[in-house]
Amino acid sequence: MTASTHTLPSNTSVTRVMTLVLACLLPGVLVYAWQFGWGIVINLVWASLIALGIEALALKLRSYPVKPFLLDGSAVVTAWLLALSIPPLAPWWLTLVGMIFALGVAKHLYGGLGQNIFNPAMIGFAVLIISFPVQMTQWSAPLALAGHAPGFAESLSLIFTGALPEGVKLDAVISATPLDTVRTGLMQQHTLDEIHSASQIFGQIGGVGSEWITAAYLAGGIALWALRIVPWQVPVAFLAGIWLTAGFLHWFDIGRYAAPWFQIAMPSSMLGAFFIATDPVSGCTTPKGRLIFGLGAGFLTVIIRAFGGYPDGVAFSILLMNLCVPLIDAWTQPRVFGVAKKK
Amino acid sequence: MRQLHQFPGGIHPEEHKAESSARPIHAPFIPNKLVIPLRQHIGHSAKPIVKVGDKVLKGQMIGQADGYVSAAVHASSSGVVTEIGFHPVAHPSGLSDLCITIETNGQDQWTDLQPVDWQNMDPAAVRGYVRDLGIAGLGGAVFPSSIKLDPKSQPVHTLILNGGECEPWITCDDRLMRERALEVLQGARIMQHLLNAQTVVAGIEDNKSEAIAAMQAAADQLGFAVEIVAIPAIYPGGGGKQITQTLTGLETPSGKLSTDVGVQVFNVGTAYSLARALMHGVPLISRIVTVTGHVLGAQNYETLIGTPMGELVTHAGDREGTSGLIMGGPMMGFDVKPEAPAVKATNCVLAKSAELFPPRPRELPCIRCTQCAIACPASLQPQDLYWFARAKNFGKAQEYNLFDCIECGCCSYVCPSHIPLVDYYRFAKSEIWAREKEKQAADIARERHEFRLFRQEREKKEKAERLAAKAQTKKAEAPTLGSDEQDAKKKMIEEALARAQAKKAAVAPKNTDNLTPEQQAEIAEIESRRAKIREMAKKTIEPEKHL
Repeated sequence: MTASTHTLPSNTSVTRVMTLVLACLLPGVLVYAWQFGWGIVINLVWASLIALGIEALALKLRSYPVKPFLLDGSAVVTAWLLALSIPPLAPWWLTLVGMIFALGVAKHLYGGLGQNIFNPAMIGFAVLIISFPVQMTQWSAPLALAGHAPGFAESLSLIFTGALPEGVKLDAVISATPLDTVRTGLMQQHTLDEIHSASQIFGQIGGVGSEWITAAYLAGGIALWALRIVPWQVPVAFLAGIWLTAGFLHWFDIGRYAAPWFQIAMPSSMLGAFFIATDPVSGCTTPKGRLIFGLGAGFLTVIIRAFGGYPDGVAFSILLMNLCVPLIDAWTQPRVFGVAKKK
Repeated sequence: MRQLHQFPGGIHPEEHKAESSARPIHAPFIPNKLVIPLRQHIGHSAKPIVKVGDKVLKGQMIGQADGYVSAAVHASSSGVVTEIGFHPVAHPSGLSDLCITIETNGQDQWTDLQPVDWQNMDPAAVRGYVRDLGIAGLGGAVFPSSIKLDPKSQPVHTLILNGGECEPWITCDDRLMRERALEVLQGARIMQHLLNAQTVVAGIEDNKSEAIAAMQAAADQLGFAVEIVAIPAIYPGGGGKQITQTLTGLETPSGKLSTDVGVQVFNVGTAYSLARALMHGVPLISRIVTVTGHVLGAQNYETLIGTPMGELVTHAGDREGTSGLIMGGPMMGFDVKPEAPAVKATNCVLAKSAELFPPRPRELPCIRCTQCAIACPASLQPQDLYWFARAKNFGKAQEYNLFDCIECGCCSYVCPSHIPLVDYYRFAKSEIWAREKEKQAADIARERHEFRLFRQEREKKEKAERLAAKAQTKKAEAPTLGSDEQDAKKKMIEEALARAQAKKAAVAPKNTDNLTPEQQAEIAEIESRRAKIREMAKKTIEPEKHL
């Protein structure tokens, strides 16, 4: 095709955008591995390989050129986001099922890159948590608390064969997340104070080990904003939505509703704020719309955590807000240069 | 110090100004053949007033301004008219247009030049001279200056001299201001006089410090109260609406011109040409053209109008691997053939090579990242407009202010998916215009048909009545038609006419009504580009599988 507009040498591309997203996730991944062991690294690599396979197959079936689309990097980003959202020692098939739904259904059945109305990684997550609730709550214990710290080979065999190291029980390597611990405790009619003193999983603000992952995500997220890959509106509004909603509930009943900083210190909150809710394809495009999108997702996250049936609410809240995107965008069109504001 | 304002969006691509800005303006050379188009401005083509075989002198009028929106054209060197006919001209679609070809005799003999006593003359008469001396906007739009110098109903409080020159590669205004600032400001003084503007401001991008210094020195020398203001170098900061906003904070309303907010904008080159025209009687027969890009010695050339652009490039030094010529800058310029002549609108001839202008990378789907919305100087949502244009949802595209797009190309430049967004908007605009035209034609046909039916019906009725009346008068001394009855008939006809007219008014579409001559010219231009774009769009807009 010959375009009538000329082409200046361009230093931007979808590949560059996606690569930078991965680069900014890296600090979080490294801290994750440092605090929780090899599981996450194996799972990331495994998910990435599945992603490339599914993507190539889907492109082939849809008679798209495979190479340029495979190299755009979007499938790997989806893989990383899903892998970071599920337990790091999750069995191999769990990741596989999640990725099939994320890329095969949520992305390619909807028309591929740029066409999906839902965040693919979150669709994968939603399918897994509904279908395999047990596997999805078996999180690795932080190495600081684990009865046994699985090495690389042990993690590999745990993921692909399910075989535990000799003499090690499952309880020694897995534990409930802080959010899950709170949830279970509340169901047993304990107060937050009692729950906190009864478990070692809680750290300074969030969870032991995991609060450092949160910090690393935050650092990567700020870098992503500084590189002008993500707009500030979504993460700021998302975190504000969490803080305000959690703050209100906490003020309302300090014994039942977790503190706002605790909620923000969960890795899922920060991953959601900077890397998931900011997905441009399934998110809002107007500046005001992004604020509404972020606030709404933050609000729903806390509501689902507090009153819902699942341990975390980030995935569902973002999917629900994805549904509202066309409406929000239509309502929040910015004023065009030289055009008077519509009443 | 003038408070500067920021317009939305904008980009800053690599400037590439140093290639051509260091060397002084090259004196004009006389090509063997000059091909001078009769339409070099927006509006009506000039009427040829010479015949084949006529001897012409340099500066002699060869085409007369035809109508209000028009400007004269002149011979840029002495010689003989050898042909009046169609030649390929600088046009986005590569169209041919009526041109006068002059075989030059190398003597460069001037016609008699008469300075114009503009200070003691009726402004309307001065504007007549401006038109007859062929002055049109040299910033690229080539709107006849005689019209822009007529304040009409809207008083102009601020005259802006546009020295923005925001497009990469182009340096003709920079060199002009450095070398000929005095005449530029003399021209501005004439403009101020004709427009009766209180304030004169010259906006020059801050990457041209020599030009700013030269203009300031000239202002001091003339004792002319002009504010020389350095403005940030952001593309498209030299656009009329953008420089108006930057310097005055006034936002030009959608679909209007800056004159609607009391600001008139002229390119510095136009001011220079105006000064030359009125103070020395020299018509617009040459302009400064930046010849740059893939050439051996990039430089600005004082260029005779009608010089083939390929010859300019040859003069600057052809290089191997030249893949084509662009007239204008890389953002808004378009491809031209080497034989197309330089015209009043030619600010730059840019030789392309695969290295400087690589083929556009593969177009990927839009990921709605909104880099385009951030870069858009009109605060549009290019990602939505792209979507609507692709889906041929033209109603929605208009609702999202498609027609406020100035086609500056910022969106295409920043797009990580390398989508040629502006092409999609041009396609949508031309489709909308075409549809409205068709609709208009259909409306007119329908109205004619309806009126014909109405007339036939009326005639039949009248005939019957006449016959009846005749029969009655024959029968007895029956009274003639009552005046009441006649009135009723008349009223009926009037009502029917009014209805037809109201209908016509009601269905008249928006975008093809009340067009400025600029817009009309744009429509004509886009119209001619349509076939090409359509074909292209067919390939890109339909199945994704061809990606």
